[in-house]
Amino acid sequence: MDYLLTEEQIMVRDLARKIAQEKLKPIVAEYDREEKFCWPVIKLLAEADLFGVYIEEKYGGMGGGILDLCLVTEELSRVCGGVAVSYAASALGTDPIILFGSEAQKKKYLPDIASGKKLAAFGLTEPNAGSDAGAIETTARREGDYYILNGLKHFITNGGEAEIYTVVAMTDKSKGQRGSSAFIVEKGTKGFTFGKKEEKLGIRSSTTSELVFQDCKVHKDNLLGKEGMGFIITMKTFDMSRPGVAAQALGIAQGAFDLALEYSRQRVQFGKPICSNQGVKFMLADMATEIEAARGLVYGVARMIDSGNTKVSKESAMAKMYASDVAMRVSTDAVQIYGGYGYMREYPVEKFMRDAKITQIYEGTNQIQREIIANNLIKESLANSKK
Amino acid sequence: MNIVVCIKQVPDTTNVRINPETNTLIREGVQSIVNPFDMYAIEEALRLRERFQGKVTVITMGPPQAEAALREAISLGADEAILLSDRAFGGSDTLATSYALASGIKKIGQVDVIICGKQAIDGDTAQVGPGISVWLDIPQVTFVKKIEDVEEKKGTKYFRLERMTEEGHEVVEAPLPCLLTVVKEINEPRIPSLKGMMRSKKAEIIKWTAADVDADPKKVGLDGSPTQVVRIFSPTPRQGGQVLTGEAAELAAKLCELLKGAL
Amino acid sequence: MAIEVIENKCVGCTMCLRSCPFGAIEMVNNVAVINPDKCVQCGACVDSCKFDAIFLRKHEDVVAPIEDFQDVWVFAEQKKGVIQSVVYELLGEGKKLAQKRKQNLCAVLLGDKIKAEAKKLIERGADKVYVLESSLLKEYLDEPYAQALTQLIKKYKPEIVLTGATTIGRSLIPRVAVELKTGLTADCTGLDIDEERGLLLQTRPAFGGNIMATIICPNQRPQMSTVRHKVMKEAEIDKKHKGEIIEIDPASVKLTSRTAFLKSIEDVAETVNIAEADIIVSGGRGVGSAENFKVLEKFAKSIGGAIGASRAAVDSGFMPYSHQVGQTGKTVCPKIYFACGISGQIQHLVGMQSSDIIVAINKDPDAPIFKVATYGIVGDLFEVLPHLTKELQKK
Repeated sequence: MDYLLTEEQIMVRDLARKIAQEKLKPIVAEYDREEKFCWPVIKLLAEADLFGVYIEEKYGGMGGGILDLCLVTEELSRVCGGVAVSYAASALGTDPIILFGSEAQKKKYLPDIASGKKLAAFGLTEPNAGSDAGAIETTARREGDYYILNGLKHFITNGGEAEIYTVVAMTDKSKGQRGSSAFIVEKGTKGFTFGKKEEKLGIRSSTTSELVFQDCKVHKDNLLGKEGMGFIITMKTFDMSRPGVAAQALGIAQGAFDLALEYSRQRVQFGKPICSNQGVKFMLADMATEIEAARGLVYGVARMIDSGNTKVSKESAMAKMYASDVAMRVSTDAVQIYGGYGYMREYPVEKFMRDAKITQIYEGTNQIQREIIANNLIKESLANSKK
Repeated sequence: MNIVVCIKQVPDTTNVRINPETNTLIREGVQSIVNPFDMYAIEEALRLRERFQGKVTVITMGPPQAEAALREAISLGADEAILLSDRAFGGSDTLATSYALASGIKKIGQVDVIICGKQAIDGDTAQVGPGISVWLDIPQVTFVKKIEDVEEKKGTKYFRLERMTEEGHEVVEAPLPCLLTVVKEINEPRIPSLKGMMRSKKAEIIKWTAADVDADPKKVGLDGSPTQVVRIFSPTPRQGGQVLTGEAAELAAKLCELLKGAL
Repeated sequence: MAIEVIENKCVGCTMCLRSCPFGAIEMVNNVAVINPDKCVQCGACVDSCKFDAIFLRKHEDVVAPIEDFQDVWVFAEQKKGVIQSVVYELLGEGKKLAQKRKQNLCAVLLGDKIKAEAKKLIERGADKVYVLESSLLKEYLDEPYAQALTQLIKKYKPEIVLTGATTIGRSLIPRVAVELKTGLTADCTGLDIDEERGLLLQTRPAFGGNIMATIICPNQRPQMSTVRHKVMKEAEIDKKHKGEIIEIDPASVKLTSRTAFLKSIEDVAETVNIAEADIIVSGGRGVGSAENFKVLEKFAKSIGGAIGASRAAVDSGFMPYSHQVGQTGKTVCPKIYFACGISGQIQHLVGMQSSDIIVAINKDPDAPIFKVATYGIVGDLFEVLPHLTKELQKK
């Protein structure tokens, strides 16, 4: 389908595709198997200016938007969901700065992120605060010009690899959700270390780690927005970042489908390629249609955000939920089309199924997404009936 | 350091086939690309510029569409691009092509080093690089795999280079200006950056005709080309023999029997 | 423009359009129009036109009197005083050409203290050997070698000059050809004489081996070719063959060099040079990893073979480039070539299809390699090779 991308967007997409196909594809299996962070490709993305596609030109970016970010994520994801999430998670860590950062904070942090010199990460999740983001236990206690952070974040994508972290901590526990605040914490800050590195089912070329804060002193200049804005920053950040996860899921679906389609043409059983069987044909048709529907949704939301629309919670949740469910279905069916070979590590398709699963879970499980969608529907309906 | 890179736009030969019925090249869907070996030449030029400062000029001879190849070089970081394009150049063989490029390089002026890919993948001749060095009367070093260093002796700068041979490599020294042809071992070409691509879109391509470079009309194009292609055809494929299937052990035993006399 | 469409003869039948290998012809108002940017004057359209409506003016501006040029020359490439085997292949092929032209087969031997080697060239069929000795020719250097050969060609005027398409040949001969302003055809795989016109027909692969082209050099002399190693058969040794050794006075030849040779390093010395090996065990993408190549190495060792690799295997980092067989690697011609997990792309086939026996081992029964294999084994190379090693050890 023609999505009427601009010349610049086509350039961004093709460059990302070139890196993914030429540089990433040959090493995907190795990085997945050995569960290594894919620095060689991250560096290439940086040199190609792709980390700056969604950042304003005055901060060293290319001045594009979320759609550009989605295009890059999708292309990377078609080859490796792990590298795609390393890329997109840097944007997730950057979004709070773009949305709520002061001019000084933007000038200090965005140029290095845009050039890819430094990766960013977002630190919210804790062992006892997953979907319930209001239950976080990490604290930030004000002491003079500093905040003292204590606590543990876990499952943090790019943890340890990134240089710049936006971390949510409680400044006033008594206020619950309204008592949290967001801080920019740089790697190397005293009292800030990394804990356990997780071993994962999929997206194994990305790093997922614990962030450990022990009397970590962070200057008040690193507070994002104002005290107590942590929850709203988190929600607005997710509204903006969900299309990225959706694009990651979309790419996984597309990558798995590409493999399945090609394999179905090559694999001969009963004297004919399996793609000539109606059973397989129908699967292929359904897979392709669902992918295209997901793409329409993802690009649509990205364009909404890029046009300045800030009320995107519902649509953003829809895109993330739908695209990730499609990724899971399509990658599972792709393995099915490969048959026994598909189950073997020697073949590339099972990786897509492993990578797909997380997209239904992180940045809000798909159950949470449905909550968001439904709550918004009800809210809208209420508002309409009051008129 | 003034660096000139000679590049060529070529069809992506992995896709070129002959239509067995008409015995003609199938050109549909065959993309034009920058000759892959020239990508190493461009990369090495950019690295030389990073090491020693200076300017990288890319030059190509070809039809107007060859501009795309030059723009790609600019997107990678080349400073300036020159297209030698003229109907008079049409049909040039390697002798005429090397003359035309040498004429263009003369017009550029003072040049310290000229870098070419070791050969182009469509013609695979490897003759244009050495040809240019003869027309310009400068030394050449072919199949260079490493530029070790630049040394200055009595006012002349010398490159110390490693060049590939069948057995390994040899180390040679060449005074500047000189011409180098490079092999793919020399570096890993970079990926263009978005900013480079934006710049290349707007960049101005210098266009020179045969007259602009004072090329002798008798030495370019068909008149300047001693060789002629008289026939093209598909290679005769080697005929296949037996194909064996079965269990590995069985196959090995059978094959061993078949190879008996040969081993 | 040396090729023209005679408009009033053209009936617009489009035969020429379909015959043009370069897509250089289009129909404008029902008349064929030739695009000079694409046309290489191959003449395919001239032959295709049933109405004699296309006219090709052949080159007529002769620079040198062609009749003055006589004999077939072979450049006797030597390294460290050893004549390279490609030279014997050139002598074998050169002999045929010389016989057809009723001329002498000659060799040119350049080097330092090299004279004693000249008789080997005579044994292989050279009627004359021109020998030039100079300390400047001790190691190969482009300039003095090109100067020597250019001056000898100017003096003795051979009709044909053949050189191996080796690193040295492909550096040296383009310089000589440009100095002499004559034509040169690179990397030929077939040579013949057009008996009618007395011209050398030089056939070579182009476009990555996907097509073959035959090239002539009608109006300039000498006609020069570099010839691919391991394609032609070596000349037999004939101890009785008589030949003349012509020593060139070093003082008569001006030699200089701006480049300097410092040292040579043999970095593939520990591995067998695959271009010379009798048995090659080659692996492709299907081998899967550098680690897995050990299975091939073990097998190769057991039968005294060298290790080759396809471009896919080299690009994936399984093997260094020095092992690459194919269009962009080496051309090999062993007695037995084992292609393991190699699909058989044309670029690979051009580098190995003149092997005496090709054994292909591949899981995919539809792999194109089976179309050229003497013996095709449909199976997993990791299962077949160990069995094969065992079987061969039994013998």
